[in-house]
Amino acid sequence: MISQIFILSSKGDHLIYKDFRGEASKDSINVFYEMVTALSGDQTPVVMSHKDLHFIHVRQGGLYWVASTKTNPSPFTIIEFLNRLAALTKDYCGSLSEKSVRMNFALIYELLDEMVDFGYIQTTSTDILKNFIQTEAVSSKPFSLFDLSNVGLFGAETQQSKVAPSVAASRPIMSSRGEQSGKNEIFVDVIERLSVVIGSKGVLMKSDIQGEIRIKCFLPTSSEMRIGLNEELSIGKSQQKGYSSAVRVDECRFHQAVKLDEFDTFRILKVCPSQGEQTVMQYQLCDELPCAPPFQLFPSVQKDYVNRVLIFLKLRCDLPPKSTALNVSITVPVPKGSVSMSQELSSPDQTAELQPKNKALLWEIPRFPGGAQLSALFKVDVPGLSSASLLEVGPVSMSFELAKQTCSGLQIRFLRLAPTQTGLSQRWVRYVTHSDSYTIRI
Amino acid sequence: MPYFGSEETVKELKRALSNPNVQADRLRYKNYITKVIRYMTQGLDVSALFMDMVKASAKVDIVQKKLVYLYMCTYASDKPDLALLAINTFRKDCADPNPMVRGLALRNMCNFRMPGMTEYIEQPIVAGLRDKASYVRRVAVLGCAKMHSLQPNTEIDGIIVNELYALLRDPDPVVVVNCLRALEEILKDEGGVVINKPIAHHLLNRMKDLDSWAQSEVLTFLLRYHPRSDDELFDVLSLLHAFLQSAHAHVAVATLRLFLHLASAHPAVQADALLCTSAPLLATCGAASRELRFTGLCHVQQVMRSQPGLFGTHYKCFFCGYSEPTYIKFRKMEILVELVNDENVALVLEELRSYCTDVSPELAQAAIAAIGRIARTYSEKCLDILTGLLALKQDHITSAVIQTFRDLVWFCPQSTAAVCQTVEACVDSPQDSETLLWLLGEHGEQISSAPYVMEGYIDGLKTELSSAVKMELLTTAVKTFLCRPAETQDMLGRLLHYCIEEESDVCVRDRALLYYRLLQRGVEETRKVVTGPKSDPSMSVLTGRQEEPISQWASTFNTLGLLSGRDLCLQTAVISAADQPSNSTGKELLPDVTLSSPNDTEEEISLSLGPPLSHETFEKMWLDLEILHRQTLGSPRPRTAPDTLQAALQLVKIQTLAFTPGDTVLWKAYIYTRSTGTLILAELLQGDPQAPGSDESLVVSVKQQPVNQHAIRGFASILKSVLQTLNVDSS
Repeated sequence: MISQIFILSSKGDHLIYKDFRGEASKDSINVFYEMVTALSGDQTPVVMSHKDLHFIHVRQGGLYWVASTKTNPSPFTIIEFLNRLAALTKDYCGSLSEKSVRMNFALIYELLDEMVDFGYIQTTSTDILKNFIQTEAVSSKPFSLFDLSNVGLFGAETQQSKVAPSVAASRPIMSSRGEQSGKNEIFVDVIERLSVVIGSKGVLMKSDIQGEIRIKCFLPTSSEMRIGLNEELSIGKSQQKGYSSAVRVDECRFHQAVKLDEFDTFRILKVCPSQGEQTVMQYQLCDELPCAPPFQLFPSVQKDYVNRVLIFLKLRCDLPPKSTALNVSITVPVPKGSVSMSQELSSPDQTAELQPKNKALLWEIPRFPGGAQLSALFKVDVPGLSSASLLEVGPVSMSFELAKQTCSGLQIRFLRLAPTQTGLSQRWVRYVTHSDSYTIRI
Repeated sequence: MPYFGSEETVKELKRALSNPNVQADRLRYKNYITKVIRYMTQGLDVSALFMDMVKASAKVDIVQKKLVYLYMCTYASDKPDLALLAINTFRKDCADPNPMVRGLALRNMCNFRMPGMTEYIEQPIVAGLRDKASYVRRVAVLGCAKMHSLQPNTEIDGIIVNELYALLRDPDPVVVVNCLRALEEILKDEGGVVINKPIAHHLLNRMKDLDSWAQSEVLTFLLRYHPRSDDELFDVLSLLHAFLQSAHAHVAVATLRLFLHLASAHPAVQADALLCTSAPLLATCGAASRELRFTGLCHVQQVMRSQPGLFGTHYKCFFCGYSEPTYIKFRKMEILVELVNDENVALVLEELRSYCTDVSPELAQAAIAAIGRIARTYSEKCLDILTGLLALKQDHITSAVIQTFRDLVWFCPQSTAAVCQTVEACVDSPQDSETLLWLLGEHGEQISSAPYVMEGYIDGLKTELSSAVKMELLTTAVKTFLCRPAETQDMLGRLLHYCIEEESDVCVRDRALLYYRLLQRGVEETRKVVTGPKSDPSMSVLTGRQEEPISQWASTFNTLGLLSGRDLCLQTAVISAADQPSNSTGKELLPDVTLSSPNDTEEEISLSLGPPLSHETFEKMWLDLEILHRQTLGSPRPRTAPDTLQAALQLVKIQTLAFTPGDTVLWKAYIYTRSTGTLILAELLQGDPQAPGSDESLVVSVKQQPVNQHAIRGFASILKSVLQTLNVDSS
């Protein structure tokens, strides 16, 4: 059972504090903050103890979401609950940030009051909670330049045409009473996280996709929805279909509300989405990607005359020509003691900088169209360079987003709402692939 | 934290809240109340406004009510008199036609933590238990628990307990689970809620209606139930089988725990359950939330203690992502080391190799240590990598590699030749002097440049600050002298001369004197004393880890203890690593203790020192615990010096806390050690008139926490062999 729940900003300000059982004093917030900041680097253990009080915390949206307890509960339960609390806060407030939590603290107190009683989790389902939550969300300013700089999941498609504006999905689920009542929208996102290791000779050593189908629903009443996936989707390793381009996943798991009676034959998921965000299906695929990895790197590292390393990188994007990779950033570790760098990049919108603290150079490309090839030349000055220092260059790691693209090939064939649904409802299907970890050895 | 001008703020708020104009304007009034709550959250003491807030609670606006209730619950214990004023409003609300208002009022009224509340809340709670709205029943059920916690020492109300047991049949799933929770708290002194056959079966049948939180909680309650027959057991398990693959990790893991517990007599069922859950567990290891990943990894590690092969094919899932925090990377490396086999060793090593140049020195060192662990089985490949790393000439990498070498030759003597060759190449850039010197001393005959390296140290002795290095240098010089006298005689003389005549540190001087006198007795005598075992043959058995029975860890599975307990172990590992150099000098201190390899201990157990215990902690634990084992060791107390005894025990990882000095008739010693998660405390006693047979032999009494008979037996046999060895030597 949970003793207290509190939310702290990264600077340690108390944003939310609720004591459920009165067993621990309010000082424990400060105790927690001191402990969590005293830990060196990012050596943050998830569970910390002070006397007989245990703190379990998660970091979401730059905030600390902390539960304290005096018993020995299941860590999975507490961590998943805190994540769920953060997700609900995001649903109700529109976005997750210090500002939105500050502005909507009354709403969050109300949520907590219904979710947890005497330290016991009561319910976290939006369907039930919406009957009890009365406070209207105050949404933070919908658009600002600052928001553009960290375009998130739903913002990734801002530069694409024919999609909903990025702010559409980051609005509070409850505020649509009244002025926005016509906006019956439902977003279905296929999100994949890709982790890849490519060996020094361009050999694919590890490839791993963690995918999920996530629904964000703004429909006031829930009605059954049918989601059709690729008909040729096969599950498990055994069902290889020769040379056909079957879409395959190793295993998948579904939300407990999903009805699967048509899944085996027609690959149709039936679900009654409740308001807010939920994951209806999770799947994973290890090794054996159906397509080539999205990026290939052709590096060459040479010792120039004394004290200088030449790093020449040729990067090819193997996506189909119509897709684009966004916010591509490439981190190349450089020898210790590198002092300065000069660069030759192929276009002005790219940037590159040397980060001596991380002994790495960072090359950023805001847009990278499929099929294109970019190259860059870096000259890094390293005083006291030895030939062994060249071994320190690498492995290169990349991060990027691929909009309108899934690496597993999973597609949503159709999205049908039950005919009983009144009023116009808009349905959006979006695909995005994130790089969880993309490493290329040199 | 009180803010500047806090009193002003409170006054201003008070003025505003009591202003009739504000009270008339609903929105402005609510804004001020919101402000009060905001200040309250920030830590400002706004309890002075209690009276005004009580008034505000009488309004109909439900949002406002909720805020005011929150305020009142926070400050009720500070202002019990004023809080009583609010009771009336609450009681009125408890009879409101709207169930939401009823539930809200009842919940918050029960949240008032002040004495004397019971008489006001009892009646509404009893009414609430029979309310037709499930929302109110949920609140009322937990209200019973709250009422009990207000007066924990009063007699248990049998009527309420019966009513709660009856409500286990409630149609609303949350009410059912709340009943379990409330009964658990109320009946805590009697061992909690009783799960008998009808209740267990009822709960099992309701599992599908519960939400995931309730499911995992019910599964935990079911741990208490023991099916009567195997048939029933398998019925239960087949009912629950689907939950092993729940999409919610916490349900899957809770189910697994129940399976492991119930099927403790059926290893095949346990193995099958582990196999089923391996997919959800692996998925959590790749979850988007770092904290969930970490938890998943900890549990994977635990499962691997019994089923090392379960995740073998998925080793790639444990490759570190570059943006992951260090604590996750550490965990993944530990798992990777365990998963190495003939097929994947090349890939795993290549992966670990790429972490060795990481920007974080801690991570790089951990990666090198991990390669060192793999080297115990696949020494050739690993040594190539480690040698390659030396070429980078980075301080932290070189020192980690040398330390790894030291451990490697100690655990795995067959790699000595290769290590010596490599050390040869790197001696020109000494980073970790003590470790390097130790290696030179132990294997000086195989490292051709050993005397020259030592000469460099001896020449620079005047500028050397660390006395530990000087001590190690002395030992190394003597040892090298024994195997290569011609090259080292001269420098050893210089070294001893300097240390005896000019050194200010007493320990170093003493050590030098000891060696000087020893050498006076003759070379053979010195050799007998100085050269100890070059490796630890008993350890090589331990490196091939045996599979532990599931019951060893099943009780901590899916509990916080697993996460924080592991951290404790990590810390001890760090501490013992930091202690290592001094331990290795400790080995030299007592070279004459050659331990008979513990063949007589039929089971291998490994003892470890762990963090030191303070005298107070030891005393407290000694008094708290029961004696679990008493044994006559069959040999008298060794007549050696107390230091020798202490050092000999330390060598086998037993720490001495205190002992009676000299030749007192009643001789006692208190010692402790750790072994696979248990702490062993022991008392050695000789000459106690009350204990029979203790005149001529030591009697050991062992206490332990937690109990592990296996470890006690191992401990006793190790202790016995140490004492025998000591006695043989001193006679």
